[in-house]
Amino acid sequence: MALIRSSSPHLHNAGSTPKIMRLLLIAALPGIAAMTFFFGWGTLIQIGWAMLLALGFEAAVMKLRRRPVAFYLRDSSALVTALLLGLALPPFSPWWLTLVGVFVAIVIAKHLYGGLGNNPFNPAMVAYALLLVSFPVDMTRWTAPFVLHADDGWQVLGLIDTFKVIFGALDHSAIDAFTSATPLDELRHRGGLTTEEAFRESRVLADGVGAWHAVAAAYFMGGVFLLYRKVFTWHTPLAMLGSLAAISTLFYLFAPDNFADPFFHLTMGATMLGAFFIATDPVTAATSNRGKLYYGAGIGVLVYVIRTWGSYPDAVAFAVLLMNLAAPFIDQYTQPRTYGHAKPKRGLKEDA
Amino acid sequence: MGHVFAFHGGIHPPENKRQSTRKPIRQAPLPQHLVLPLAQHLGAPAEPLVKPGDRVLKGQLIASAAGRVSAALHAPTSGVISSIGPYPVPHASGMEGTCIMLEADGEERWIEHQGLADFRRMPKSELIDFIRNSGIAGMGGAGFPTDVKLHLGEDHIVNTLIINAAECEPYITADDMLMRERAEDIVAGIEVIAHLLEPSHILIGTEDNKPQAVRALEKALKGCKLNIDIRVVPTKYPSGGEKQLIKLLTDVEVPSGRIPADVGIVCQNVGTAYAIARAVRHGEPLISRIVTLTGDALGQPQNFETLIGTPYQLLLEASRVSDRKLYRLVVGGPMMGFAVDNDQIPVIKTTNCLIASTYDEMPPAPPAQECIRCGLCEQVCPAELLPQQLYWFAKGRELDKAKHHNLFDCIECGACSYVCSSYIPLVQYYRNAKAEIRTEEAEQRKAEHARQRFEARQARLEAEKAEKEARRKARAEEAARNQAKKKDQSEAVAAAPSGGVGDLKALKTAAAVARTKLKKAQKAVDSARESGSGDLAALESELQQAQQKADAAQQALDAAERGDAQAAGQPDLKQLKTAAAVARTKLKQAEKALKNAEDKGQDGVEALRATVQQLTAKAEAAQQAYETAEKGESAGGADTAKVAELKADMDAARGKVEKAQKALDDAIASGSPAAEKMKAGVEKLQGKYEDARKAWEAAAGTAQPGASPAKLAELKADMHAAGAKVEKAQKALDDAIASGSPAAEKMKAGVAKLQGKYNEAHKAWLDAGGEAQAPTQTEKPDLKALKQQVSIMRTKLKKAEKALEEGEGSEAEVQELRQRHDAAKAELDGAEQARIAEAAAAGVDLKQLQIDAALARAAVTKAERALGKAGDDDREALRQALQEANLKAEELNQTLSRFE
Ligand code: SF4
Ligand code: SF4
Repeated sequence: MALIRSSSPHLHNAGSTPKIMRLLLIAALPGIAAMTFFFGWGTLIQIGWAMLLALGFEAAVMKLRRRPVAFYLRDSSALVTALLLGLALPPFSPWWLTLVGVFVAIVIAKHLYGGLGNNPFNPAMVAYALLLVSFPVDMTRWTAPFVLHADDGWQVLGLIDTFKVIFGALDHSAIDAFTSATPLDELRHRGGLTTEEAFRESRVLADGVGAWHAVAAAYFMGGVFLLYRKVFTWHTPLAMLGSLAAISTLFYLFAPDNFADPFFHLTMGATMLGAFFIATDPVTAATSNRGKLYYGAGIGVLVYVIRTWGSYPDAVAFAVLLMNLAAPFIDQYTQPRTYGHAKPKRGLKEDA
Repeated sequence: MGHVFAFHGGIHPPENKRQSTRKPIRQAPLPQHLVLPLAQHLGAPAEPLVKPGDRVLKGQLIASAAGRVSAALHAPTSGVISSIGPYPVPHASGMEGTCIMLEADGEERWIEHQGLADFRRMPKSELIDFIRNSGIAGMGGAGFPTDVKLHLGEDHIVNTLIINAAECEPYITADDMLMRERAEDIVAGIEVIAHLLEPSHILIGTEDNKPQAVRALEKALKGCKLNIDIRVVPTKYPSGGEKQLIKLLTDVEVPSGRIPADVGIVCQNVGTAYAIARAVRHGEPLISRIVTLTGDALGQPQNFETLIGTPYQLLLEASRVSDRKLYRLVVGGPMMGFAVDNDQIPVIKTTNCLIASTYDEMPPAPPAQECIRCGLCEQVCPAELLPQQLYWFAKGRELDKAKHHNLFDCIECGACSYVCSSYIPLVQYYRNAKAEIRTEEAEQRKAEHARQRFEARQARLEAEKAEKEARRKARAEEAARNQAKKKDQSEAVAAAPSGGVGDLKALKTAAAVARTKLKKAQKAVDSARESGSGDLAALESELQQAQQKADAAQQALDAAERGDAQAAGQPDLKQLKTAAAVARTKLKQAEKALKNAEDKGQDGVEALRATVQQLTAKAEAAQQAYETAEKGESAGGADTAKVAELKADMDAARGKVEKAQKALDDAIASGSPAAEKMKAGVEKLQGKYEDARKAWEAAAGTAQPGASPAKLAELKADMHAAGAKVEKAQKALDDAIASGSPAAEKMKAGVAKLQGKYNEAHKAWLDAGGEAQAPTQTEKPDLKALKQQVSIMRTKLKKAEKALEEGEGSEAEVQELRQRHDAAKAELDGAEQARIAEAAAAGVDLKQLQIDAALARAAVTKAERALGKAGDDDREALRQALQEANLKAEELNQTLSRFE
């Protein structure tokens, strides 16, 4: 009998980081399915390719950092990053675009900052923003939902052809029929049309928008599942969606001709993906519940501002990165009131 | 059942309580060797009352409580004390503590004991003492001596008494079983506690996973007249934490850093209530407790009524432990207990549970990963902290930030570690950080202490050095002086001024340094006294030393100065002597030449003779000059030292005279035949005294031609005093004669003597030039002296007036005094007027100047006082202000003194 001496507590909850990551992967399944259904195989191929790359880079970096490779690969955080990036990239993005993106996300945004837990910015969003700035053409060539080019039944570019397109075996002109701008793009480049006119004139806006609605609904489902499993608290998503809804309602009521309605904002682009899968990334968010409210609300407002007045079509990535930057500051000023204290503390030190 | 509130966070670990509640509480086997640690409670360890070899009975007091927060210890069974020494005790660190070893004799013979007939009729303090002597300490975990908490009723208003029966930790069922089986005694114990604390409300808080216990309690409570409520809270860890239970039951939070009694609440554990009941009802001290034995490595998990001091091993064996399966032995609960690696450690008063776990049951924690800030820990923290931030700060050793994030409000419940996604042993980090902060603070205190001591020591050393230096200087000077004396005196004159001045300077510096150190030491003492920190005695002794050094330095300086003055006071004798010698030599030469010339009959004899004559005259003149100079040196040389010496002689002589006079008086009074002889002796002594006095007066006279006005005033005052005495004596004599008293004769002599004294004083005053000086207005009258005189007059006048009122003195006397006073006052006023006029002539408003000076002085005093009171920070600034004020005051004083 060799007794051991150890520090309390002697029990541990079964929950763990790898488990959380796996839950995230599961929760993304409806979204992936919806994307595939409406936009073809591209999304699946992107996710698979990105995950492969992510595991490769992760393993390589772990080797370089002399850490046990297998142990760290198991935490699945690299897979989550790859998943988010794969979902965010246009389904027909060329392979090298994904490669650059995953490299930036895993090697630069994550490990150069000290690895999981120490990265101040959401790796997937860093990569996305960088790609958007560097390769705007590739990043805005979105796939058209099948409802736009198929009159009857489900008709998307074949799996093999999609592979060929992505890995350069097939010229991009071959898929021109399958591409279009996103609704957000359409709306911002509508010229002098009012919102209502734009919705009537543009095919994407008139007929295709349903696809995006469906995808948003799928992400929402996944998010609710995660909430139910207590992977994160309601604070961030609710604050983000709430503030986005509030500000867009305000402007829509004020000038419905110039601004899109709140439902459009909530369902288009990466809003739902951002609210439940990106903004909730705990590593880069604010920590306290109150802090999360501020953090989420900040993202919502920034999304609207950048979408409406900025020069980039979607804004979730930039909004998240900007709020990542603010998170430590928010943390300092949103400490909870500790038991037995009259009021919460502020700042980092006594005199702050 | 009453409303139950909620606290933030909390977790739901698997309860694992069923295993050990299947069997009733069983008596544990009697161990052969019992190990009884002296520190089973919080506070000072008990003091053993037995020694090895002593035979003790069951329940006998073997160690007494030492101090306010401590608990007594009793023998759990009868037997022999085998030894007292260090032995492993239940502690997370596996450390050893002093224990009393008891060899059981197996007879279990009780000491005589008896419960209290009616505790309600006893004075409360006696009842509390009785509980204290029963060695009862909190049985819930911390082991806080119970009697201390029972005293709380005295200085706190206790509204609510909370009986903690939550037992929220998984596995443990000791309290549960106790309530199920012995609810009666628990209620009896609560009655005792309630009697002592007089709460308006009693709440028993338990979790909803103990329905049987609740039922048993409810049954026992029937017929109890106290206002007791059982509140069942949802099972959640850590609802049994004192602060959490208070929040759950009353929605009140105990302010950070305070105790529950500060908000009118006292918590006691059910086990404690039971122990109190055993003591009060049956007179049984705390010698046993219920211990849960559980864990997958046991064949028969159950609760034991266990004697304190029973080694774990015996209990494990009684529960059929499987050595093969046993992996971890946890004392206490799985959340807050500690694992031990030694099964010989004994059960103590706070041991509520032993978990013999298998590997699968409590596997080692997986390697910790980076915190992903998932926030789970924050969601469960019952103290509402940010565990992930605390972890970040603790890991990065940013301790002040950790402190700012309320690290010290962490109750180390382990909930955060339990849920941490990355398996980070958070609690361990917090414990280390807390310990580090505590040591750091202790070190800071120590360093501050050391700094103060160092400074005091430094001051002392410097003062010592200065003193040594001063002594060395003084010695060197002495040596130089001696040498100078031995050598040609004229040489000394040349050497002294140059050497003396330099030495003086050094001495002055030394004295100043010593004074500074003294002040510093004084300040250190003051601040120490203010802050109440220890070592005051040491500081004070240091201060005294500094004072001595300063005095010594000052003395050395004074002595040197005096010596210097002496040296400087010597006229240039050397030159004169040399001149005389030269003249003599020349004369001799001339004489010789003359003689030669005369012998040889040379020409020019006449001329030579003239020369010789001239030279002779010259030599004589030189000699004379030298001699007068020398005489002047010894006679009128203004040798203050000599004057002082003379004065001392005189004083000694006077002392002798007085003594002799007294002896004589005694002798006369007793009619001794030696009186005559003594009288002669006294007269002789008186003569000697007179001589000494004359010598002194002569010396002083030459030293200060014309006594100082102050001196004169003194003399005058003396004279007047003597006059008054004479008058009083005369009056007494008159009275005596009138009444025909036999003492009149003697009194007459006394009066005569006094009269003589008065005359003497008068003469002294006259000699000093009083009469001559007083009426004639000097160029600049000494205002101070005048003022003094006026005040003396005033005093005298008042005295006389009072005497008159009392019917003693004579009207005429008062009148005369008044006149004198008025005259003096007029004189003073005149002088002052003159001075003001003079000042006005110089364009200065004297009055204003005076006021300014007074203000400046007041400012100085104020600054000084502020400095004395001020903390270290302001001290520099204040010191500067003081210096400025000082400067100003001095300036003004100087200006003022120009006109005074
Ligand atoms: S151990 Fe401290 S920080 Fe962790 S949950 Fe308990 S009180 Fe909070
Ligand atoms: S539970 Fe662990 S990993 Fe999660 S935030 Fe707290 S410390 Fe970090």
